[in-house]
Amino acid sequence: MPKDHGIGASQKRREDVRFLTGRGRYTDDINLPGQAYVAFVRSQVAHGILKGVDTSAAEASPGVLRVFTGKDFEGVGGLPCGWQVTDRFGQPMQEPAHPVLAQGKVRHVGEIIAAVVAETYEQARDAAEKVVPDIEELPAVVDMRAALADDAPKVHDDLKNNLCYDWGFVEENREAVDEAIRNAPHVTTLELVNNRLVPNAMEPRVAIGDYNPGTDESTLYTTSQNPHVIRLLMGAFVLGIPEHKLRVVAPDVGGGFGSKIFHYAEEAFCTFAARQLKRPVKWTAQRWESFMSDAHGRDHVTKIELALDKEGNFLAVRTETLANLGAYLSTFAPSVPTWLHGTLMAGNYKTPLIYVNVKAVFTNTVPVDAYRGAGRPEATYQLERVIDKAARELGMDPIEIRRKNFITEFPYQTPVALVYDTGNYHCTMDKLIEIADLDGFEARRKASEEKGLLRGLGVNCYIEACGIAPSNLVGQLGARAGLYESATVRVNATGGVVVMTGAHSHGQGHETTFPQVIAEMIGIDESMVEIVHGDTANTPMGMGTYGSRSIAVGGAAMVRAAEKVIAKATKIAAHLMEAAPEDIELKGGEFIVKGTDKRIAWGDVCLAAYVPHNYPLEELEPGLEETAFYDPANFTFPAGAYACEVEVDPETGKVTIDRFAAADDFGNVINPMIVDGQVHGGLGQGIGQALLEGCVYDENGQLLTGSYMDYAMPRASNLPFFTVDHSCKTPCTHNPLGVKGCGEAGAIGSPPAVVNAVIDALHRAGHTHVTHIDMPLTPARVWQAIHG
Amino acid sequence: MYEFEFARPTSLAEALAALKAEDAQPLAGGQTLIPTLKQRLASPSVLVSLSAIEELKGVRREGDTLCIGAATTHAEVAREAAAHYPALAALAGGIGDPAVRNRGTIGGSLANNDPAACYPAAVLASGATVVTNAREIAADDFFQGLFTTALEEGEIITEVRFPIPQAANYQKFEQPASLFALVGVFVARFADGVRVAVTGASEEGVYRWESAEEALSKEFRPDALMGLRMNPANMIHDIHGTKEYRAHLVGVLTRRAVAAARG
Repeated sequence: MPKDHGIGASQKRREDVRFLTGRGRYTDDINLPGQAYVAFVRSQVAHGILKGVDTSAAEASPGVLRVFTGKDFEGVGGLPCGWQVTDRFGQPMQEPAHPVLAQGKVRHVGEIIAAVVAETYEQARDAAEKVVPDIEELPAVVDMRAALADDAPKVHDDLKNNLCYDWGFVEENREAVDEAIRNAPHVTTLELVNNRLVPNAMEPRVAIGDYNPGTDESTLYTTSQNPHVIRLLMGAFVLGIPEHKLRVVAPDVGGGFGSKIFHYAEEAFCTFAARQLKRPVKWTAQRWESFMSDAHGRDHVTKIELALDKEGNFLAVRTETLANLGAYLSTFAPSVPTWLHGTLMAGNYKTPLIYVNVKAVFTNTVPVDAYRGAGRPEATYQLERVIDKAARELGMDPIEIRRKNFITEFPYQTPVALVYDTGNYHCTMDKLIEIADLDGFEARRKASEEKGLLRGLGVNCYIEACGIAPSNLVGQLGARAGLYESATVRVNATGGVVVMTGAHSHGQGHETTFPQVIAEMIGIDESMVEIVHGDTANTPMGMGTYGSRSIAVGGAAMVRAAEKVIAKATKIAAHLMEAAPEDIELKGGEFIVKGTDKRIAWGDVCLAAYVPHNYPLEELEPGLEETAFYDPANFTFPAGAYACEVEVDPETGKVTIDRFAAADDFGNVINPMIVDGQVHGGLGQGIGQALLEGCVYDENGQLLTGSYMDYAMPRASNLPFFTVDHSCKTPCTHNPLGVKGCGEAGAIGSPPAVVNAVIDALHRAGHTHVTHIDMPLTPARVWQAIHG
Repeated sequence: MYEFEFARPTSLAEALAALKAEDAQPLAGGQTLIPTLKQRLASPSVLVSLSAIEELKGVRREGDTLCIGAATTHAEVAREAAAHYPALAALAGGIGDPAVRNRGTIGGSLANNDPAACYPAAVLASGATVVTNAREIAADDFFQGLFTTALEEGEIITEVRFPIPQAANYQKFEQPASLFALVGVFVARFADGVRVAVTGASEEGVYRWESAEEALSKEFRPDALMGLRMNPANMIHDIHGTKEYRAHLVGVLTRRAVAAARG
């Protein structure tokens, strides 16, 4: 019998009752009395000198309260960057100013030039059309290689060039890696592009600024994954509002995938304008604004070399990447191509020598930052693609070459800083072979052949570093933030529990899974536990949700706080039953004196805490509420093996995914159904990247994929039935739940499986000249590769 | 959107009168016009909805001709034409998604003449007649390039008359993002010959592939197309496909359409 309560139960998501019946409360559902609306005037050119902005006609337009330009923000801070990377020469990265509204120059299509606030949104938009920017257009830099040329136009005139940093990792290994590759019996080289993506959360971004002149308090309602981070960044660095006068609320949020981590100009603007106008100011993004203002993802151009001996043992890996950062440094942008990417280059393998070089480049495009997986998909993709190519060159089976190189002893110190605490890569590979029915592949291939279709099989592994992260470690790596998590567990007088967590749910199901943990610990029903998140006014300072960290870090903080609560309640129970605390156990919602029939219910103890008539007041304070901050000792390392089977139509190049199997090791699992769903969603996004999605700019910096007419999102019909399994469990050794995180795995592990499968299909059909096709593998590209 | 007046006449005569206003524009299913208005790329003074005019709706058969009212939705055509002209019904059932098919109309699609729309291929390959409030226009005269038709200002399509072929098939290869036709080929075989119309591919909009028609009229088999190549010179080139790819797809889809039409 599967469990129906506590840890391990596939409980239905309680939040879905409101989401599926239209009772969610998203930021756009909030409307404040006296609210005004802003329409932003966004640059239509990618690069130019902003000589002036004529706002006179807009100011005279009906309903307009005020028109703001960059001049209004001259005394205001810029948007801060939360991570400083040091280059391989020991110098800090080049860090340009990032104004809220454009000042002096525009640097990408979509940058805000002016903001029109009016009584209604339509009036604001009418007036915005009357704002006339005076822009002297400059040549745009879009291509990264061109941006690094000596004579390239500079995105930021006050910087030396368009190179943000030239990062080497591990720099001390550089020569040893070069030598290993020079002397290796076999070197496989692959050049590839990790395609630029537009995040496309279902809910576009929204911000409402509010100000109370009576109390001098500001409130920002925003679509954020981390309201406390926004409060700190915006309050301290942009607007100079102390945190006790600033509240940030992120209510129900409809998907983030990373794009709602960052502090955006629109948030600062609405908060600022509300203080100026003493009225609430609301902005709701149009979808076209999302395309040109949400931070994009990926966009790496990479050359990877894998050195092997004749038996297929990996000797060394060397990679060189150009990473596009866009026109400005988004909040965590510098960390993505470096610490979230280079440190993963060992993968699941005991490669002894690794060197990673990343040149991060400014271009006249939308800023690029973390997107589901953030750096880890880029690492996994290049490594798992080059391994496949190497296996083919050496005539080895792609599964065997991986098995031969698996790390099998833990803890394992990689040559790229990380220490994997635990794992079992043969277990997930064995499980994959079973659930994907790889033995039946040949029969399926023949059936496809009879239909004139080419069937291919792609297999790969992945590892990710999640549960970010130990604060002291990331501090050394340049993070300007700690990455602990917090929780307050408040027990009410009648025994109900409210958990106030610094983590934030925007699709992950925390309101269901977090109560399962509390229910397991205390032995009460989940219905007695409520989760509160998303409001800095009633949650402890927390770092929010990204990097698959909620249960591993936020859940751990909750466990620590609950342990404190239980310890105190045990003392109260001991007093009430006249026993020693060490003789008492909490089981099934009751405190029991071991070896006796003396017992007292959880609710009675809670009541005693708040009605302390018979209570050890000399030893204990009344009340039952505890807070914990949890800072992890290490990252967690989810890992797995994925298999994709495709059918390629050789006449049209069209790729159909027939089946996809994922065998993951997430350590312990709180709610298997929710974990399945997280994997399904990740696979959908990974397959979207592999087959469909690609953000394209033309040479002038115009966004060619600015709507769903040209930017292909995955649809249900593009996806196969997924077979997923997470029965291989090597629990994390350093957090109290033994959990690792599952939110990004699917998006990290699936792109190489798809591409490996297509290349396999073409090779089996004799198209052996095709060694690689860049994502997205559109029909046109696959056809071109076959016939090119 | 910008502000506009909205009229919803119940007869063709009222609609024609309403369209005489300066900058008035007819609104059929709105599947192109409404998004255009939302993006503020059009600013009509009056939108004249054709959705309440019963005389413009419905599918009826007259001998060997299938007559479809201009305001008939794609979903209705998919349902009502299936027994009479299955290839046409299948085409209608493959446009967009259910929401599009329940709003979009055949008249709206033809008047807009999007170069990647499906209906123009069926109309041209069938040799259909486009009937307006003023006249009857042969399909060969109706389509005049991207988003351009023979319609005059204020002229409304009332009906489309399709001669029912002996055999027909439509093959659409979808553009991955929009699901419009990257290339679509409609093949229709009549007693007096075969007609082949191609949508999605050409910079000049829907067109007939005459050399294929000639070959297939002699011998209605996929092999009859062997050796025929579409010239890529006038094909569309964009991020979804090159000229050469589109020209290649025209050949592939035509062969597949012939094979499917033969059953």
